Amino acid sequence: MADSMTTAVAPEPEYSGARPGASRTRSDRVTKVLRTLLRWAGVLPFTAYVAAGLLAPMVAIVIYSLQPNHGGFVASRATAPTLSNFDTAVHGTYLTGLTNVLLLALVTSVVPGVFGFLIAYAIHTARRGVVLRRVVITAAGVFANFGGVPLAFLFIATLSTTGIVTGWIKTLFNFDIWDHGFSLYNPYGVALVYLYFQIPLMVLVILPALEGLRPAWREAAENLGGRSWHYWRHIGGPVLLPSFLGCVLLLFGSGLSAYATAEALTGGTIALTPIQIGSLLNGNVLAGQENLGYALGVILVVIIAVVMVGYVLLQRRAARWLR
Amino acid sequence: VRTSKTLAAIVAVAGTAMLAAACGSSGSGSGASSVNWAKVTHISASGSTDMANLVAAAEKEGQLNVITLPSNWANYGTIMKDFTAKYHIHISDAIPEGSSGQEIQAVQTEKGQKRAPDVVDVGTAFAVEGANDGLWAPYKVATWSDIPGNAKDGNGDYYADYGGYVAIGYNPAVVKVAPTSFASLTNPAYKHMIGLNNSPTTAGAAFAAVYAAALANGGSFGNIEPGIQYFANLNKIGNFVPTAIGGPTTVQNGTTPILIWWDYLLASEVSPVVKGFKIVIPSDSSYAAYYDQAISATAPDPAAARLWEEFLYSTEGQNLWLEGYARPIELSTLVANGTVNKTAYAKLPPAPSGSLKFPTDAQQASAENVVSQNWAKQVG
Repeated sequence: MADSMTTAVAPEPEYSGARPGASRTRSDRVTKVLRTLLRWAGVLPFTAYVAAGLLAPMVAIVIYSLQPNHGGFVASRATAPTLSNFDTAVHGTYLTGLTNVLLLALVTSVVPGVFGFLIAYAIHTARRGVVLRRVVITAAGVFANFGGVPLAFLFIATLSTTGIVTGWIKTLFNFDIWDHGFSLYNPYGVALVYLYFQIPLMVLVILPALEGLRPAWREAAENLGGRSWHYWRHIGGPVLLPSFLGCVLLLFGSGLSAYATAEALTGGTIALTPIQIGSLLNGNVLAGQENLGYALGVILVVIIAVVMVGYVLLQRRAARWLR
Repeated sequence: VRTSKTLAAIVAVAGTAMLAAACGSSGSGSGASSVNWAKVTHISASGSTDMANLVAAAEKEGQLNVITLPSNWANYGTIMKDFTAKYHIHISDAIPEGSSGQEIQAVQTEKGQKRAPDVVDVGTAFAVEGANDGLWAPYKVATWSDIPGNAKDGNGDYYADYGGYVAIGYNPAVVKVAPTSFASLTNPAYKHMIGLNNSPTTAGAAFAAVYAAALANGGSFGNIEPGIQYFANLNKIGNFVPTAIGGPTTVQNGTTPILIWWDYLLASEVSPVVKGFKIVIPSDSSYAAYYDQAISATAPDPAAARLWEEFLYSTEGQNLWLEGYARPIELSTLVANGTVNKTAYAKLPPAPSGSLKFPTDAQQASAENVVSQNWAKQVG
């Protein structure tokens, strides 16, 4: 569809204006060109937005990442491109940062993926669940967008050593969770906090896929003597799998880029690439190593790009059944 | 990012300059006076370059361009107001929330323009950088000898203005045993109590805390590693709370009832909201850092710029900083002369004896890299 549209509006030869006796064709052409222009004008703001907000910064960080760090503030640094920033980026604490952030993103996409799916399935199949559904979806929309320092502070206020919930547990069960290995400030704590927005995000993105499951398929399976297991093994599972994996990939991207929450909780005691980029670009400690920050940024962009391609491919496969 | 920052700075500066022009301030120009104030390196006791002539020339310029001075920071709002009231010199403050880097950029990019900064207030690394690039006009204020020798450039290119010490602040309502030193913080009674304001890989204050801890534990300006090990141990025994949002709120709600920060920020930000809040400079380490003043070599208002420095380094100016909880560099002279504002002075913990020591730029840069590489590895 999209392809045929593009060919239909292929560029016309430019109107010269000097040809006599061609008024009819001319006005036709003018109308046609105008229409084309009008059609494309609609996407112009978006194109400009993408160019200014996404493409230009992308090109800039790639260029910066290939420049050596200067250490000073003088703008004259016309030097040959170098891969030294990328070399630093895959060694020492920066390599640890990349491994940690990938691990964290993996855990905080698979676990919430499963939980989110189960919750979504529960409300999808709930009888007389219209109100419940609406409440859950609205709440999920709110929670999925809650993040950053406020989220970190919410958890500190509830679950830190002096948090309200910690206090309740202490009073009710005479049990101090912090004395038994619980912490908000280690990787597990950060992962726990991430669940807060990742599970609702999963509910939101997987629900449409669940709604695409036609009751008729299940009835057909039952009419043919199939049991629940047969249905999930041969119909439900295969139909949902691409959507499920696609949604988990989306969560993976979300976990990879979350930054302020982890920073606020761990104060840099866990090496995580997004936090390191922040230190290199915005910090008041490290001067003159911005280009290393850009190199780390490029690496994250590449990872996200791979993830998004995977997401699109999986969605395309899922779309076959969910039309 | 860099380009957009520059652009923002230029726009902001341009806006301020236009405002200043609209206010009808007169421009520079030495007029009848034969003194070229841009070349004056100090005022003389009498003659054409004495204080009275400086005031006259500065008032004639009628304009002073400062940059990145937030009015609620170190009392700058009052300082600027008082200066204007005293000398009838209009002050334009470009990008009040800007950074040291932006100050340097503005001096470079606006060279030769009337709106260019006359004076700057920058971190030491930036002051040194500017001196290397020949951006500053050497000038020694009348009280030059009261500034410690290692806190000023011998040539007069830049000179420390105000700053403070790494200090331990605590809420005595929660912290029953008063901490006194870095060593005392390992007390098991402080479990889950001690925080920094931020990550030492990001924030200057937290980095300074690690430096100070290094000095307390056998390290030196050339060896910050013991400081990292100190916090690693503090974390291992469960006393350290590694949150990066340490501040008044985390002291109030009990997340970090003990907070290591600059003494002047503990005094100005935490003390007002936590009743009875106490601040001590650790007895086993005194690490101080100061900002620096410098006059632009291409200042469009050279006399006003010099008068501004004289004002800041007068007893009046030094006390104004102190009233904003910042420790002025000539504080010990004020105390010795009995000219210090005693109420303001009492709000800061007493300064440790002995002269101030500062790391060299090379030591500082090397320590920064060590912290970035090892903080997460050892403390996490």
